This record gives sequence, structure tokens and C-alpha cells, in this order.
Amino acid sequence: MTDFASRIHTHKERHNLAWRLHLDTTLLTALMLLMALALGIVYSAGGDSTVNKQLARLAVGMGVMVVLAQIPPRILKLWSPAIYLAGIIMLLVVEFTGVIGKGAQRWIDLGFFRFQPSELLKLAVPMMLAWYFAEKPLPPTLKQIVVALLLIIVPVVLIAIQPDLGTSLLIFASGFFVLWLAGLQWKLVASSALLAAAAAPMLWFFYMRDYQKQRVLTFLDPEKDPLGSGYHIIQSKIAVGSGGLYGKGYMQGTQSQLEFIPERHTDFIFAVFGEEFGFLGAVLLMVLFAFIVWRGLYIASNAQDTYSRLLAGAITLTFSVYVIVNIGMVIGVLPVVGVPLPLVSYGGTSSVTLLAGFGLLMSLHTHRRLLSS
Amino acid sequence: MKDPVTEGGLFYRRALMAGAVVLILFLALVGRLFYLQVLSYEEYVAKADRNRISTIPLAPTRGLIYDRNGVVLAENRTSFSLEVMLEKTRDVDALIEELSSVITISDDDRERFAQERRQRRKGRAIPIRTRLSEKEVAQFSVNQHRFPAVSLRGQLIRHYPFGEQFVHAIGYVGRINDREWEKLDQANYAATSHIGKVGLERFYEQVLHGAVGYQEIETDVHDRLVRVLNRVAPIDGKDLHLHLDSELQFAALSMLGEQRGVIVAIDPNDGGVLALVSAPGFDPNPFVTGIDSLSYRALNESPDAPMFNRAINGVYPPGSTVKPHLALAGLMSGVTQPSRKVWDPGWYQLPGDERKYRDFNWHLGGHGWVDLHTSIIISCDTYFYDMANRMGIDVLHDYMQRFGFGQKTGLDVYEEASGLLPSSEWKRRARKQAWYPGETLSVGIGQGYWNATSLQLVSSTAALANGGKRYQLQLVDALGVMDNRQDLPAQLAEHQLNAIPPEHLKLVRDAMKDVVHGARGTARKAFTGIDYLAAGKTGTAQVASYAQDAKYDATKVEERFRDNALFVGYAPYDKPKIAVIVLVENVMGGGGSNAAPLARRVIDAYLEKNGRD
Repeated sequence: MTDFASRIHTHKERHNLAWRLHLDTTLLTALMLLMALALGIVYSAGGDSTVNKQLARLAVGMGVMVVLAQIPPRILKLWSPAIYLAGIIMLLVVEFTGVIGKGAQRWIDLGFFRFQPSELLKLAVPMMLAWYFAEKPLPPTLKQIVVALLLIIVPVVLIAIQPDLGTSLLIFASGFFVLWLAGLQWKLVASSALLAAAAAPMLWFFYMRDYQKQRVLTFLDPEKDPLGSGYHIIQSKIAVGSGGLYGKGYMQGTQSQLEFIPERHTDFIFAVFGEEFGFLGAVLLMVLFAFIVWRGLYIASNAQDTYSRLLAGAITLTFSVYVIVNIGMVIGVLPVVGVPLPLVSYGGTSSVTLLAGFGLLMSLHTHRRLLSS
Repeated sequence: MKDPVTEGGLFYRRALMAGAVVLILFLALVGRLFYLQVLSYEEYVAKADRNRISTIPLAPTRGLIYDRNGVVLAENRTSFSLEVMLEKTRDVDALIEELSSVITISDDDRERFAQERRQRRKGRAIPIRTRLSEKEVAQFSVNQHRFPAVSLRGQLIRHYPFGEQFVHAIGYVGRINDREWEKLDQANYAATSHIGKVGLERFYEQVLHGAVGYQEIETDVHDRLVRVLNRVAPIDGKDLHLHLDSELQFAALSMLGEQRGVIVAIDPNDGGVLALVSAPGFDPNPFVTGIDSLSYRALNESPDAPMFNRAINGVYPPGSTVKPHLALAGLMSGVTQPSRKVWDPGWYQLPGDERKYRDFNWHLGGHGWVDLHTSIIISCDTYFYDMANRMGIDVLHDYMQRFGFGQKTGLDVYEEASGLLPSSEWKRRARKQAWYPGETLSVGIGQGYWNATSLQLVSSTAALANGGKRYQLQLVDALGVMDNRQDLPAQLAEHQLNAIPPEHLKLVRDAMKDVVHGARGTARKAFTGIDYLAAGKTGTAQVASYAQDAKYDATKVEERFRDNALFVGYAPYDKPKIAVIVLVENVMGGGGSNAAPLARRVIDAYLEKNGRD
């Protein structure tokens, strides 16, 4: 113990309260900055009561983050298969008894709390895969890849049939990133890309609901349905475009304040941001996101075991997928899928899950010297 | 088994690559943002403004119509109506049913709605109820949320305080229909629902209407007003100030009473119309808000034809009232002289013709030797048969045309009829027949093919009064508000009686004076006891054809074929201030007993007020 203690004390961060709480100051600062910005823009888009609710959720999320950061990676690793299994079971429960919400079965009603098992899977899937590859020599063998793909596909399919295209996409991405970081062979990446391309028409004909097909078609030609589903894309582009270089000023965005932007405090909040803070503001926000991604990848690269590396990398890359898909959707380069802007969009579960993910990242980072001994 | 160094390297490369891909995608998003926010900025700003800014046209207030004493004849009143936007409802009938549980909707309302629906302006709301009471406004307001397709509209609506008494003098407005909308300056009428349909309201539409204003308002996505950004006030229409004297109008109306007929009085010095009565009239106010078809049919099918504007649009044989004009033509053309006498045995025969043309006066034995002066006073037909025969139709036509017959007087309305002044050329063209000398005789006593409007008669009589100048008749004296009036100067008519020899004119005027004052004058009885000198001419015209298309009531056929009684005259004789025509349809007896007394009272009333000299 003294040996460990001396090691800790020699570290420059030894007197840092954050470090003692197993929090990464750099990441924490960036996240706090992002959330402060987010609360400001949620206030502009949604007003008092919305911002208060969001503040409460972020507080819960921060709590979860801090708690998870305390759990040493070996415990996380130990529990990974159990968490994954629990997630799958809950998905099955939802499938058969789930509460209907927003036209899709996504919730488990625990009486005091509505729990969305798909959110748990967002973390459980990369944890499970990282666990699976942790002790194996990498790059993985073909057999291992097949097993890994199965581990990914099962929850993805279960969520896809809820249906929740956005979440299943994110979960697939989170699993795939583990596989990729584990060293998935290039020819397999290429062939799976081909496979995905081949599966797309099947997806179109056998899985996608009419409204989802409509969204894709609308994305391809939004002017075709300006009052229907094309409205979202047209209006958010107008809001962002009319923001110009400097923006219209905080709370001054006419398109958002006059409610022309649909879902302006949830999935389309970036349109509000872009309108009120302009190109410079949007770039600054992108830089903040990029910084968080960089910090996540830095943590992953400095992790000292396979489980930590893979998990940290997957969480970080998934986070960047959120950013790219959401902003791409708002500015009309990707179809409208229900993916929030991470930590900025109003919404409880996704914020909590994301902060939980950062809690894991911090745990992986702050416990590493202890593990390394 | 595991090789930490190799695996670390592999992971590091993969992480680096992933980071690079994320960076590239982020840069792509930034590039797209640059395109939207910097390169396409103008385009999206324009779209954003189009999103939030709506331009609401503001209706100008329609100009008022005043008589010469400042009495308001047409005003604007605030009126609340319920309007249905057809575009916002699927089942109009169900909507009206539901609405009737909140507001009383009569069968008339429904029928009028159905009617306006057929001829509506596209995209415009149609009123289902008009003239809501305050209580009804409140009743609807609390239920507004149930009827998104129905809106309560408060607007200024034309109102005619004297109803039927001035309708034929000033006309009225009604809702703009599709046909009118096509022809309008649609931008200027964007907020206007009514337009002048008839009379002054139609003729001075542009002046009365004014110019539309605009209000730029910012609205939210629910179309709710957020704030007013900009306002360009409408330019209100100008008021019309008429020559018309409402007191004289009332006097004339009361003279006619229940009789059908026309009284028009003008100022011979400028052609200004002092009174214009066509009786019976009708109340134009229901036409403004929308008349139900039952009431409309009753008006339209009434044998008295109240909607027919006899004063402006009615054509009648002028009868003997045009004998002074004809006499002047005879003198000027040289076919007769003051001293020339004609033997009147009670009839006239064309040389070499068996047929006897009767003198319509009931002097069975005739008047004996008659000169020009006498022929006017006693209205001797034989004298005028003889004169017309020697003049010939085309010379007659030429002179009478200079008096304005066969053409519009230029009154400031669109509906004026031009009547018919026949000529041989006209008959060749219109009837494809040659002119017969016998036909000249009828025209020579103001009958036959000759049809004149009352306006022509009063205008040509005024020309006799003022020494030969014919003015365009004008209802409107000035435009605009009191301290910024734009006077409409008197205009001479196109055809003039240039250079009437004064002695000829005096002869005719003297004769007309003796019609009123002379011992044998046909209007003497009507004017007994006046303390000024007047001049005039009576007439009794056979009704060749009824002037309008009203249906005949079998029991009334007899009455409808009775003569029309006429009187034209002016006063005072030396310095004329008023010229007047009275025409009473279908009476027993002639103009001396039926029309002249009315004219005398109108002249009395006017001179009483405006002085006699």
C-alpha cells in the first residue's frame, strides 16, 4: 500500500480533489463547459421549466458519473457479462410487456421511474465486447469476430424491432468500434461494408416502417414535402443558414424564438445554437466536441490493458457518432434519425447514459496506475 | 499468448486512424456550416424573413358622400360579421349546423351564404351572418375555439342613412365578386371587400376607395402576431360633395308620393344636379351586406320596377316638351318664321296623301290659324307636323342632336342611357328600311321613334334658359375633405347650339313663359299665384313601349298603357337658377295637370331657399 501511496503522491495531481474522486480534470472541465453552454441554449429554446428539468437531469447524470468513476476497472470488467445479460433480458421483457411510449415499445415502468433498457445497452455492449477480447491475443480470429458480431447483433435487432433506428444504430456503432479497435482485419471491414450495402435494400423492404422510409426519401429531396417531414430539414437549414457568421445573438434567433424549428430543444437544438451564435459559435462548439473526443482517445491510448483501451475507445467514438449524426441531420447532410446532440439536447436518459459513459472513461483513466502495479 | 507491445501498437494506430476519420468528418460538417452560414447566408436570411414576416394589407376608409349642405348621404359604420373560410373546413353544412347552436342563423342567412358561395372571390371568406349584435359578438367569442374556420370580422360597412330616397341618385356598393376581382388592381384591393356597383359609388370608385396600406407583422409558427414591424398607413378615399340638395330631393320625393316617375332639377348655370328622383326607389342597405334571394326577387319582379333608374336609364317619348327646341330648329333652319301661320283644322295631311294626322289636343275643330308663338303655348300639333314635314328628318335630327338628344348628357355615372334620336341614316342602318315622310311627322311632335331621357330634356331646357349653353350634367361638385376640396369645374357638352340668334331664342323663351303665365298656357293653372316669372312646356306622351322589362300584371295593363305626363321648365325667367323636369308615368290627363304642379312646388321650394333673383 505504501508503495502505491508513494506512487500516487509523486504524481503532480496528488493534491487535486478531482483526482482523489477519480475524475479527470481535463475531461471534466470540457464537459462542464459543454453542459453550461447546453443549459444556456436549452433556456433559449425551451424556457425556465425546461432548463430546470434539464439541470436536474444533468445533476443526476453527474452523480452517476462520479459514482461510476469510483468503481475500479477490474470490477467493471468482472460485471460486464452480467450487465450485458441483464440488458438483453430487460430488452426481452420490454418486447413482451413494455410500456408504449411515443408509438414504440421502449420503456420499463418501474412505478417511480421509467427505465429504457436500450440506454443500458449503449454501455453494456462495448463493455461486453471489451470483456470478450480482453484476454485474447489480438487481432481477433474469424471465429472470435463471428461471436463478437453475434453479441452485437442480438441487442441491435431487439432494439430495431421496438422500433428505434437511432439507438440500434448507435449500439451497433459502439460494438463495431470495439471490434475495429481490437484490430478487425481490413478485408473484413471492407467485406462487412459490402455486406451492409447488400443488407440495406433488405432493411428497406423488410424492416423499415413507412415513416422511416419517408424520412430517407425526404432527406433526399426535402422540398418535395415541405409541410410534412421535409419541414424539419427545411426549417432547420433556414435557421442555421440565417445565423450567418456571427449569429443573431443569444435569445435573438427569430426562427427558434418564433417556433419555426420543430423539436427545437431536443434533437434540433443545434439549429437554435447555429442561428443564435452563427458560424463562429458553431465552430467553437465543434472544437469543444473535438476536444472531448481527443481527450477520450488520449485516455484510451494511455490505458494499460486491453479491456480499458477497447472500452474507452468505443465510448469516445460512439460519442463522436452522436455529434456527427445529429449535426449532419440538422444541417441536412444526413437523414433525420432520432439521435440527440450529446449533452446539449434536452432529454433525460441520453444525458445520463452519456455521463455514465464518461464516468467509465474516468474510472479507466484514474485507476490505471493502481492497476499497472 | 498476448503480446502487449504489438497490441498496444495496433490499438494506437487504430485509435489514431479513428481520430483522423472523426476529425475529417467534423471538418466536413464545418465546411457544410460554412456553406450554409457564410456562403448561402443571404438566401437563408431571406427565407427566414419570409417565414416570420407577413404583410397584412390595410383597407383604406371609403370616402363619404355629402349633399351641398353637408348632409351625409353615404357613411361607414362598424359592423361585425361572421365569415367562413371554405378552405379551412371540409364539411360546410355540418359547420353551419354547429354554428347555429351558438348564433342564430336564419334560412335567409343560409340562402344568401349559398348564393355568395357560388360567386365568391377565391380564397376570400364568405359571411354567414352579418350585423351581429354586441351580445352575439360575445356569444361567438367565447365559442371561437370550436370554429377554426369561422372568424369574427369587424369592418367599416357602407351605410345609406336615407335608404331608398337617394339610391337612384348615388348608387350603392356591394361585395366584390369574381368577375370584378379579375378586372381590379388586386394589390390595391387586397383588404377591400366592397366595391361601387352602381351610380356615383361605381363612377367614382377609384376616388372613393383610396389606396391600400400595409402592415408588416412578425408572426410565430402558429400565425400568431408577435409584433408589428412596419406600418404604411392606407390613404383614405376622398369624400364626394354633391350639387344635390337633400331638402330639394325630399321635396321632390314628397311631390311624387306614390306615383311612378322622375324629377330631376339642375342648375342651368353649370349643369349641377340639384335633385334626382326616380320613384319608386328601394333600400340599398341590404345589398351592401348581401340581400337574400326572396327579397331580391320581390324587388326584381315588382311591377313598379323599383330597381329601375328611370331618371338615368329610362327612355321616354319626349312628346310636346320638345316643341320649343323644334321651334328653334325651324327658325334657325329657315323653314318657319315668327309671322308664318298655319291653318289647323284639327288634323294635318301630307300633300298628296289621304291620311289625316290628328292633333292630339282635344280641340275637335282645331285651332284655326296658328303662328309659332301660339303653337308652343297651346301645343298645337298641326303646326309642328307642317314644320317637321318641311324641315325633313335629317335637318330635324341635326338640330336636335345639338340639343343633346340621342347621346348621353355626360352625367357622372356609367348607367346613363343615350335614348334614340332617329334619322334616315339611322333607320337604314338599324331597320334596313327607307325613311317615310309620315314618320317625320310623329318625330316632329316628340313621338315616333324618338326616345329621350329625362336628363336630356332637363339639360336641353337648361340650355334654352341660359342662352344656349349646354353643360355636362354633374352630380359631384367637389372631391376631398372640406379644407382640401378639389372642385370639379363645369364642362360644356360636346355638341353646342353655337350662336343662336338672340331674337329666335327670345321668341321661344317668351312662348315658354306664356305656357306658364299666358291666358291660354297649358301650365297656367299649375303656376297661379307665383311671385316670380317662370317658363316651361308641358307634354303628354303616348306610351309606345314600356321602358323596362317588368312583367305585366293583367289587371293593370290598362293603367300601364296610359300616357306619361311631362313638364320641363325653369325659373326665374330672366336669371334662371333652376331647370326641372317632371315625368309622371301612366296618368289620366296631361302634363299640365299632372306634372306642372309638381314642378312648380319643386321650383318654389328651391327659390324659397335660394332667393328669387
